[in-house]
Amino acid sequence: MSTPTPIAGPESRRKPEVQKEDAMWLQKELINKNYMELARARGEGRKVSATFVPGNLNELLMCFDFARSLPETNALQNGMRKKSGKFIMDAERDGQSEDVCTYVKADLGMMMGGEIGPTGDPLPTPDVLLLSYTGCFTFMKWFELIRHKYGCETVMLHVPYQGDGKIAPNMRDYVVKQLQENVIPTLERVSGVKFDIDRLREYMKESQKAEEDLVAVLQSAKNRPSPIDGYFGAVYYIGPIFTAFRGTPEATQYYRVLRGEIEQRVREGKGPVTPEGELAEEKYRLVVEGPPNWTSFRDFWKMFYDEGAVVVTSTYAKVGGVYDFGFRHDPDRPLESLAEYCLGCYTNLNLPSRIDMICKYIEEYQADGLLINSIKSCNSFSAGQLLILREVEKRTGKPAAFIETDLVDPRYFSAANVKNRLESYFQMIKQKRTAAAH
Amino acid sequence: MSVKAIVDRCEALFEDLNFQAVKDWKAAAPGRKAIGYMPVYVPREIIHAAGMLPVGILGGGDQLEVIQGDAYYQSYICRIPRSTIELGLTGRLDCLDGMLFPSICDVIRNLSGMWQILFKDKYVRYFDVPQEYRDAVGGAYYVHELEILRDDLGRLRGRPVTDDELRAAIGVYNENRRAIRDLYAFRARTPWLAPTAEVYLVLRAGMVLPVDEHTRLVRDYIAAASAADRPRRDNARVVVTGVFCEQPPLGLIKSIEMAGCYIVDDDFMLVTRWLLEDVPETGNPLEELSRAFLHHSASTSAKYDARREDKGKFLLEQVRTRGAEGVVFAAPSFCDPALLERPMLQDVLAKHGIPYTAFKYAENTGQMAPIREQAGTFADSIKLWSAA
Repeated sequence: MSTPTPIAGPESRRKPEVQKEDAMWLQKELINKNYMELARARGEGRKVSATFVPGNLNELLMCFDFARSLPETNALQNGMRKKSGKFIMDAERDGQSEDVCTYVKADLGMMMGGEIGPTGDPLPTPDVLLLSYTGCFTFMKWFELIRHKYGCETVMLHVPYQGDGKIAPNMRDYVVKQLQENVIPTLERVSGVKFDIDRLREYMKESQKAEEDLVAVLQSAKNRPSPIDGYFGAVYYIGPIFTAFRGTPEATQYYRVLRGEIEQRVREGKGPVTPEGELAEEKYRLVVEGPPNWTSFRDFWKMFYDEGAVVVTSTYAKVGGVYDFGFRHDPDRPLESLAEYCLGCYTNLNLPSRIDMICKYIEEYQADGLLINSIKSCNSFSAGQLLILREVEKRTGKPAAFIETDLVDPRYFSAANVKNRLESYFQMIKQKRTAAAH
Repeated sequence: MSVKAIVDRCEALFEDLNFQAVKDWKAAAPGRKAIGYMPVYVPREIIHAAGMLPVGILGGGDQLEVIQGDAYYQSYICRIPRSTIELGLTGRLDCLDGMLFPSICDVIRNLSGMWQILFKDKYVRYFDVPQEYRDAVGGAYYVHELEILRDDLGRLRGRPVTDDELRAAIGVYNENRRAIRDLYAFRARTPWLAPTAEVYLVLRAGMVLPVDEHTRLVRDYIAAASAADRPRRDNARVVVTGVFCEQPPLGLIKSIEMAGCYIVDDDFMLVTRWLLEDVPETGNPLEELSRAFLHHSASTSAKYDARREDKGKFLLEQVRTRGAEGVVFAAPSFCDPALLERPMLQDVLAKHGIPYTAFKYAENTGQMAPIREQAGTFADSIKLWSAA
């Protein structure tokens, strides 16, 4: 079971070379703490689970005392640490196609190197793979591949897609039944811990608090200037709640601290903190669709803040749960609520719903336009994005732009191309503004 | 009817990207409707029971110039969605009154939403199937999905689809499945009499013809091909796998055969033999369709293997029951399902000492020489190994 860790003052941890908000340092500490828990798991006799960020049933997994690994997070951490390129090539040498998801290959490549995680600490092979099949076909193959190679017990949770743009009762009932009749009994058996629904309720109460504060943080970007970057900065903000901390008191505390910091920034009229300090002038307000590139994350972000561009909100910040349209985990209906959480994740929404959401964001956050970062690896996000672009432009009258990168394959990040496109896009926004002023 | 006459007819249907056969069928009686569907599987019985024509849409092949479709997709996405969009935007699919997009991958899934936006006047449904295989769990969900489809199509025609209509439809599709099972058994027994380039076209005709007409056509082909005088060659017997969605050009199938391979099983148009046994024609028809799906259906990458030991079992059975000597993995470029599945299947084959080779294609692949060389080398190596 996760135990709350006292969070020390940020001063002692601050490094001089990169500037971050205090909450960003806390976030880093939380993520590292989870890797340490995973590293100690075997020695402490704890079982290890793995599951995905969309449809991550963290509260449920905590009910069984699992140490919790998130393979996408491992892949992106390896990407940010410049390790993923080798892992991907190792996986390709082992038979994986160059055409498929690089998260999968980075994960498989890492596992081929032994039980060492992104931080260099031990990362045990999971005892159970909770295959929450939410919003991404590749998830199914990913865990089948790990199961095939390492023999991990795998439990499927099939989350139906919102093809009609709504959650029908039949869909929710199906997910609940799977939880009751397959997922929970399997987790009980693997962990040796009996399921206690009241324990789940307690975690969900914590989730609600963190979700409230997260939404306040994300929506603070409606202010001018925005006190946050809702894409590059939001990656730090969503880290704990999208991974192994949703439902923990530490997450509640983190989001309370974060919200306090951000509200203070709003009161002081400050812009977002970038790795090179506070953004002095907000020139462009953008909505971004699609995940970021991780291998050149800093360089990528710099291309924005150097031009005074702030991402006021992004769809990626909703990939592990869409909270800003009202969903909260509900301890009074725990299993139904878990089902609705999975069903409502961003990549489980159909294209018309995604377009509606982006258009709403552009209006509510007074954005200058939409930027799509199309990811080679991720068909779930990428297939249909060019239609999203056209529709959003048509409906909002705001300019949209399209760049292409990848998640964790450094071969697919062309800095010069991306920079050129971004600069042209900012120019286009400026011209549109000038034309509108006349 | 001669083999040539049958195959010529099938080839004409295959090459007709304007779907004249569908238009003719609709024009033959007032009020007729046609519903398109994409791979891998939809319960065509429900469409047929509603008095409508199920029409398999398998992309544009190598004869369609994709112009508009390319504007909707990045270079790293497979070709079938862009050629399907091209078919739609150029009016070639106007004869369809609706489209079903089955659960196969994220690209086809998202295409369902694109279709909703681009073709607002058409019936469009993402058709989800369960990845959980117990009757009370996945089955209950699936029966409900089938009920929605049945109700939707009933509304579209203006009259509910009855259980009796469904039972009758199950009956005619059982006939069709039996005929196709016979066709596959015939080819595996005597592949020199039923080249896959022909079998493929016969199967493909079932994508646009009414089911009973197609059943007759399959039977006619078996009869005609059985009587044909064709030389038997010393070819390697192979299973082709990975071709369940985007289709290879016909020339590619011919190239594999010309290179010295008899294709004795495959996963082309799995919809025609997804259900492995007859579906009971009595009882609750939707529950019977559900049970058939859950317990007696084919395996493919889009379907979850509930147990580790199930991986590759279906392919091994194809190899064993058809007496195949090797497996050809043919996958469309950028096809997540086929390409992610492939290393696992290859591992299973390796453990059973079954040789394999692998390549990628696109529906408009034009260069066949490398494929012919690879398939030829593979066939030669099989022959050398079996001689050793």
